[in-house]
Amino acid sequence: MTPLVAAMVSEAALFYPLALITIGGALMMILSRNAIYAAMSLVLSFFGLAGLYILLAAELIAALQIIVYAGAIMVLFLFVVMLLNLGESDLEVPRLTTGTVIGGATALLFWCFTYVAFEGFTEGLPTELPEGFGGVASVGKLLYTQFLLPFEATSVLLLAAMVGAVVVAKAKI
Amino acid sequence: MATVPLAHYLALASGLFAVGLAAVLVRRSALIVFMGVELMLNAANLTFLAFSRANGALEGHVVAFFVIAVAAAEAAVGLAIMLAVFRSRQTINVDEVDALKY
Repeated sequence: MTPLVAAMVSEAALFYPLALITIGGALMMILSRNAIYAAMSLVLSFFGLAGLYILLAAELIAALQIIVYAGAIMVLFLFVVMLLNLGESDLEVPRLTTGTVIGGATALLFWCFTYVAFEGFTEGLPTELPEGFGGVASVGKLLYTQFLLPFEATSVLLLAAMVGAVVVAKAKI
Repeated sequence: MATVPLAHYLALASGLFAVGLAAVLVRRSALIVFMGVELMLNAANLTFLAFSRANGALEGHVVAFFVIAVAAAEAAVGLAIMLAVFRSRQTINVDEVDALKY
């Protein structure tokens, strides 16, 4: 039995700061006018999420979160921000319109509804899990046996997306 | 040892989803709208992993893996579309790209 990170230290002492980082990064993302600041705040939020994944004994997904999300996807975002080369005049001017108010209220209402739905799950998470839970070996074994077909379909999807991105973005083929 | 109830993980995930939803609904820059979509995908991942640990089942990790792969594909195609739109219209403000609306 390998001890969980959550079992070695107090889980609450790590969860609440990480949750604050994650939600704070997300709020900074939505509140910043400049797309580059928004992207960097989102990277902060993703790092917080990776920490939470470690707490949830998902080491492989946490590593993928850093490599794929905070690494590859956000670098792609920053590349596009710099390619578009938006000037100061293109930045959004924060305005309080009917659409803004309705959008914000909808999001808040959604959170309230899900909070009510989730309130029943009050039991603490188990601190004892099977050997190697969430590691590369156990997840990889499941991927290559029970989920082999979706795995192969994902590889086809990635190839199609790659070809599609080149075709769409290229000015002249 | 103080453990955190499952409800707190789920409340955090729904909070992240709500922030992403607000970014999609409120912000006008297509780039920020897109970041909101990424945030919503991440919130779903957090829910999958929280339930995975609560039930001791690994299937949630596999689903999270697929979500990350699909998000990568979606980001590549979406940003390519954004570049193409910007090339033809010199704007990525979602209010001004409304040819399909009318």
